[in-house]
Amino acid sequence: MADTLQTLDYAVLQQCMHCGMCLPTCPTYDATKHERNSPRGRIALMRAIADGDLAVSQAFADEMSYCLGCLACQTACPAGVNYAELFETARSTIERADAQPGAARSFWRWLTLRLIFTRPRLLRAAGRGLRLYQRTGLQTFARRTRLTALLPPAVRRVEPQAPPIAGAFSNRLIAAHETPTGEARYRVALLTGCIQDLVFSDVNRDTADVLLANGCAVDTPPVQPCCGSLHAHNGELDLARGLARRMIDLLPPDRYDAIISNAGGCGSHLRHYGSLLADDPVYRDRARLWDTKLRDVQEWLASIGPRAPKAAPFDEPVTLTYHESCHLVHGQKISRQPRELLRLLPGVSFVELPESSWCCGSAGVYAITQPDQAEALMRRKTANIGSTGATVVATANPGCQLQIIRGLREAGGSALVLHPMSLLARAYRNERG
Amino acid sequence: MQGAPLVGPSIVMSSALSLAPLLAGIVGESNVLTAAEDLVPYGFDGTAALRQRPAAVIFPTTTQQVAECVRLAIQASVPIVTRGSGTGLSGGSVPRADSLVLCLARMNAILDLDLENLTLRAQAGVVTQTIDQTVAPHGLLYPPDPGSMRISTIGGNVAENSGGLRGLKYGVTRDYVMAIETVLADGRIARFGSACVKDVAGYSLKDLFIGSEGTLGVITEVLLKLVPRPAARQTMLALYDDIEAAASTVSAIIAARIIPCTLEFLDHMTALCVEDYAHVGLPTDCAAVLLMETDGHPAAVADEAAKMAAIAREHGAREVRTAKDEAEALGLAAARRNAFSALARRRPTTILEDVTVPRNKLAAMVTFIAETAEAHHLEVGTFGHMGDGNLHPTFLTDERDGDAMARVHHALDAIVTRTLELGGTITGEHGVGLAKKPWLRQQMGDDSFEVMRQVKHALDPNGLLNPGKMFD
Ligand SMILES: Cc1cc2nc3c(=O)[nH]c(=O)nc-3n(C[C@H](O)[C@H](O)[C@H](O)COP(=O)(O)OP(=O)(O)OC[C@H]3O[C@@H](n4cnc5c(N)ncnc54)[C@H](O)[C@@H]3O)c2cc1C
Ligand code: SF4
Ligand code: SF4
Repeated sequence: MADTLQTLDYAVLQQCMHCGMCLPTCPTYDATKHERNSPRGRIALMRAIADGDLAVSQAFADEMSYCLGCLACQTACPAGVNYAELFETARSTIERADAQPGAARSFWRWLTLRLIFTRPRLLRAAGRGLRLYQRTGLQTFARRTRLTALLPPAVRRVEPQAPPIAGAFSNRLIAAHETPTGEARYRVALLTGCIQDLVFSDVNRDTADVLLANGCAVDTPPVQPCCGSLHAHNGELDLARGLARRMIDLLPPDRYDAIISNAGGCGSHLRHYGSLLADDPVYRDRARLWDTKLRDVQEWLASIGPRAPKAAPFDEPVTLTYHESCHLVHGQKISRQPRELLRLLPGVSFVELPESSWCCGSAGVYAITQPDQAEALMRRKTANIGSTGATVVATANPGCQLQIIRGLREAGGSALVLHPMSLLARAYRNERG
Repeated sequence: MQGAPLVGPSIVMSSALSLAPLLAGIVGESNVLTAAEDLVPYGFDGTAALRQRPAAVIFPTTTQQVAECVRLAIQASVPIVTRGSGTGLSGGSVPRADSLVLCLARMNAILDLDLENLTLRAQAGVVTQTIDQTVAPHGLLYPPDPGSMRISTIGGNVAENSGGLRGLKYGVTRDYVMAIETVLADGRIARFGSACVKDVAGYSLKDLFIGSEGTLGVITEVLLKLVPRPAARQTMLALYDDIEAAASTVSAIIAARIIPCTLEFLDHMTALCVEDYAHVGLPTDCAAVLLMETDGHPAAVADEAAKMAAIAREHGAREVRTAKDEAEALGLAAARRNAFSALARRRPTTILEDVTVPRNKLAAMVTFIAETAEAHHLEVGTFGHMGDGNLHPTFLTDERDGDAMARVHHALDAIVTRTLELGGTITGEHGVGLAKKPWLRQQMGDDSFEVMRQVKHALDPNGLLNPGKMFD
């Protein structure tokens, strides 16, 4: 995969025949009706840069920051445009051109992308620090004394949004090797993710339980590197490559029937190590094999024939709806399988969510970089959820889960927001009475 | 012009730019774009190999604003290119370097739905599909459904007199336009047509503006006719090993006095690309597919469907399949709408034609297209609204390959010449714009061509409305 638009295979840009069929699916075009804010417009800008007709300007950087990276356009595009690759190459071009100045920005980028999100132990340490901050009253103290005002603006904006850190991380909840009762039909590796691990480590536990209940032996290395999706998304392709190599070393793909991800955003990146490492002679082949083994957990369960739970996840009957994570539905084209799994749940009536695949505005760090648009999308999502009358919302990506929890809280809604694996795990557990 | 070398970034220091502050005074600052990053994306429409950055783009939201902007631009001799969603396939909204793009995408209010007279009044920037979605809950239908209906604007549809998949039975956009409001080249606001079913007061100038491609005025509002939504419909696929057999089936259905709502044709290449994208179960192992649909009273539908299936079999269909439910039928039609874009999966550049012939000449035409492509060593995918005699041979090529582009041009020339020999037209629905301009005189003949020019001159004496489109 090329690092800049100028070196990218021109055919990738040419693939867009500017028909405009993607426009109605793009949340940012929907908001402004400006071509520049549309997939077609962004690709035209990229092409102009490749052609040397346009500089890698601040305005271009802003535009690529405004793009959600939700990939709705890629699903809509009949011409087969690989927007994911264009998006990452564009962001990488911007990083290399240093179009986004500012020492403070550089420092925070360095701290997060280069330092914390490449070192899993450091990330957990940061998580523990945040947990301490949130639970000891320090947060309240800092806010009341306006100490938070000393934080850089970007961090100040997220500080109140920082999710509650889980009491225990995945390594404390899941053993390195777990086997199902009865015969193991498959051997799988479970990826615990970064945000999932810090905030929703219980989802990882639930995922392991569901896999076990479906006859899979589960390997979960206690310390796992970040998959690199955050880095690739933010234009740091070299870091992303380094992380991909470490991941492949940790979990050699030839040992497993499947390598399981339960976070839509991670999975979407994880299944493209092959193209990321295409120019690496040492890792190329293993990376390709890795891609063939990488499965979203719902995709995997649907493919092996999931066992229907015999008990309901809740004591009372509930109405359930499903929000599609962009990177699950558009990035990985997984849409049918989660619904099939949810429909297996006893005591649950499933209703379709209007605009289920319209971005909720979480989109990685989007809520930090583009708060207004993120907010608007969140409101649209919660209004749609409200219209279904559902009391439980299922979604399979930690970013979406956080965003919707926050959105519903702000809107005064009371619906529970859970990963489909948590719902299934609850049901399986209830079988034991 | 098609395949001509691209003109680079705007080098003309235009007076459009100097108008920007005045325009901002009319439409508001945020509705005037002049930065390079804002302009590049307005340099093209859906047509291949045509690109030119304009000088400025504005987004008026009312007819009054349009009129004021037009007046201002004309006084400063700045050319105006009206644009809807830029899905046009003849380069109609491709600007000139010195021009002002007047984009109506934000002028998108539905103004009135009259359930007594069965009409809908809308601003020109309303998206086509929104119209049908608005009327469907009331049991009504707005029939014209171009492949681009999810994003094309009604103003663009009227300006191109667009057709669609249902054209055979329901007609084209023109058949549903009762009245228009348009801003003329001097900034006056004119209204033609009325809410009356019958109206012969004066010349039918409404019809002059329909299909005028932004060269006579800026259409700001339309009054549309609606019809009752049919109670039933049936969708079928007929599979052929021979493209001529598909064409003769269409001619035979028409000759048998059956008017289905849809008779769409896809050749092997098109079916392959569409299926690759949409996964709707289109067969990919046959030479041609006909998508046939009949709608109306349930009994009539059943009767017509049976007759059509029989005719298809008589004319060599290997198999006729019936969509099992509404979802499958909708899926097939939606997939067909993506045919043109899906063909772009194969090669970087897709150059499509819009030739239309009398329907008894279809078999001759499809054969000629296949032969021409072969003779010029070109890959072609052909699809189209066959029931309307309207074919879209689409050449799959690479605009960077000069030699291939020259061969495409020769092939196009040959196809156009043959079309005219068969009594056909160079464009059935996409308009002349830039792409078909070289052949308009050839089709019209000198006198008729000159009359058109005189009309243009009478309504736009300074030649500032979409200059260079249709004729020089
Ligand atoms: C995938 C695909 C499928 C398509 N399928 C069909 C089809 O089935 N049938 C069909 O007929 N066409 C089809 N088209 C062509 C195109 O979508 C139509 O011509 C459509 O009507 C253009 O609408 P638009 O809003 O995009 O107009 P634009 O492309 O923006 O403009 C088209 C022309 O109309 C003029 N114009 C636009 N708005 C106004 C206005 N308000 N007043 C005056 N002039 C105006 C412009 O100056 C230009 O000359 C298809 C295109 C694509 C990309
Ligand atoms: S990205 Fe795809 S759908 Fe969008 S304009 Fe380009 S080719 Fe058309
Ligand atoms: S990724 Fe999402 S926001 Fe970005 S261009 Fe595509 S649809 Fe629009």
